[in-house]
Amino acid sequence: MWKKTLATIGSMVLVLSLAVGCAKGNQQGGGAAGGQLTAVGSTAMQPLVEEAANQFMSENPGTQITVQGGGSGAGLSAALNGSADIGNSDLFAEEKQKDPTKLVDHKVFVVGMAPVVNPKVGIDNLTQQQLIDIFTGKIKNWKEVGGVDQKIVLVNRPENSGTRSTFVKYALNGANEYRGKDSIVQDSSGTVRKIVAETPGAIGYLAFSYFDKSIKPVKLDGVEPTNENVYTNKWKVWAYQHMYTNKDGKNKELEEKFINFILTPAVQQNLVEKMGYIPVTKMKVERDAQGNVKEKK
Amino acid sequence: MENRATSQWATELLRPDKKQRRLELKGRLMTLVSAWVIILTLFSLLYFIASKGVSTFLFDGVPLSQFFSSEWAPTGTPPSFGTLPFIMGSFMVTVLAAVISAPLGVGAAIYMTEIAPSWGKKVLQPVIELLVGIPSVVYGFVGLTVIVPFLRDVTGGPGFSLLAGVLVLSVMILPTITSIAVDTLQSIPRSMREASYALGATRWQTISRVLVRTSLPGLMTGVVLGMARAFGEALAVQMVIGNADNMPTSLIQPINTLTSVITLHMGNTVPGTVYNDALWSMALILLLMTLVFIVLIRWMTRRGEAR
Repeated sequence: MWKKTLATIGSMVLVLSLAVGCAKGNQQGGGAAGGQLTAVGSTAMQPLVEEAANQFMSENPGTQITVQGGGSGAGLSAALNGSADIGNSDLFAEEKQKDPTKLVDHKVFVVGMAPVVNPKVGIDNLTQQQLIDIFTGKIKNWKEVGGVDQKIVLVNRPENSGTRSTFVKYALNGANEYRGKDSIVQDSSGTVRKIVAETPGAIGYLAFSYFDKSIKPVKLDGVEPTNENVYTNKWKVWAYQHMYTNKDGKNKELEEKFINFILTPAVQQNLVEKMGYIPVTKMKVERDAQGNVKEKK
Repeated sequence: MENRATSQWATELLRPDKKQRRLELKGRLMTLVSAWVIILTLFSLLYFIASKGVSTFLFDGVPLSQFFSSEWAPTGTPPSFGTLPFIMGSFMVTVLAAVISAPLGVGAAIYMTEIAPSWGKKVLQPVIELLVGIPSVVYGFVGLTVIVPFLRDVTGGPGFSLLAGVLVLSVMILPTITSIAVDTLQSIPRSMREASYALGATRWQTISRVLVRTSLPGLMTGVVLGMARAFGEALAVQMVIGNADNMPTSLIQPINTLTSVITLHMGNTVPGTVYNDALWSMALILLLMTLVFIVLIRWMTRRGEAR
């Protein structure tokens, strides 16, 4: 009995040390044949990055890429303190008040966002001023903007959410006291779509990838929310999806390989477009953290 | 053969040899290690939440008066971290859910143990066990697809409301209250019932004046445990209450609770910022409230024993 226990413990120690040895070997091996990579952050990016990781792993046997959610803030922090190799973020590090000097920014794709309404409110176009007035609570009924006689129900995302920040910045022009006190707040885009589809008089905002027949995207000043309009910045409400890496990262080779893989036309035109996002390679303009837009060379 | 076996047993029993002593030691070691692991985990958890929770006040300089005010504007200039609406929201949801569930749960327990023990138990017991096993996201989703539209049609409001949260929660805590009430009622000695009947009391008199009164501390323990669960429930509530930063002054308006603020905002905040610390402070409040619930249960059971 005693001997048996000893033997078990002995074999466990052996296996463990072997495993540790292997893991170490892998890390040092970097991007050669195998290797491990973790990407943490934005839940909006998660499905696409996961899918890309699966494709990458099947093309590069021996590599292991782990993709986790947790939010943009968590992603940036993880990339900064080295607890993950890649930090996924909806926003520029500068916008999250994070020191960007230690991080390398990779803009891997773009996502467009638009206000969406319940189809029964009878609206398909709003001016930007009307939209701001709706979200700041100055306009409370759809008939004030030409719709049916119906109370407006705001469906928001939590403060600091990446989608909300982008929407406030580019659709509401940063309208400051934007805080609909009676508005409904939900974290998941799927739930927001469900609520807008079912609640009479509801207005919310969603990424293009969540559009379907149950809700109605709204034109802003006559501009339709389409991918083509995002390429030229005619539709202003869009955001880069960033993958941040640490400048002193241990896994540089593999990081670069994976990010370059996402930027290949194969992934950009198939996977990215299929999942409702916008390929960064098709963008005709560039935008910096301050929101300045210029033509892409 | 038989003889040999018995003699072997006899010698082994007569002489508790090394092997058995080792077995004793092993058992003791195993329990001791598990006990210490649990104690250490618990205390490190307490320390972690408390240290993060107080840093809002100690290092970020948010005054307590602001923290317990009703002005919640974490991204405003200047930011403000008043959590009173959420604390009130958590309390309202919990208390109202208990008000609905306590009579229902106790009633079901009385039916199962006193009125129709044979088939009442056969039908209700599995149903209650089933209710415990359903994950809270399912409760939330049912609330979102059934209760919210129903309330919207009936009340005319948005449907997302304090009332929706209360309805979902009262179903969720019903099994806790019922199963504890069943245990308590079953533990009452038969002689109590017989004495009551012998005095000429009817069944209802026996139930209401003897059984419920004797088991009151146990029943209350069930209710408080149910409330503790309601207070800490996050997902299902978050899906149906609307998460608006209002004071809970109306049943049909969207409100917010501590748990849903924490889950909604945690992923979007950067660790180390005041915003993030404020969420930890709310977690600390939740922890302290759970402590209050536990103390309450202890106090009630002790009072029951003293009688």
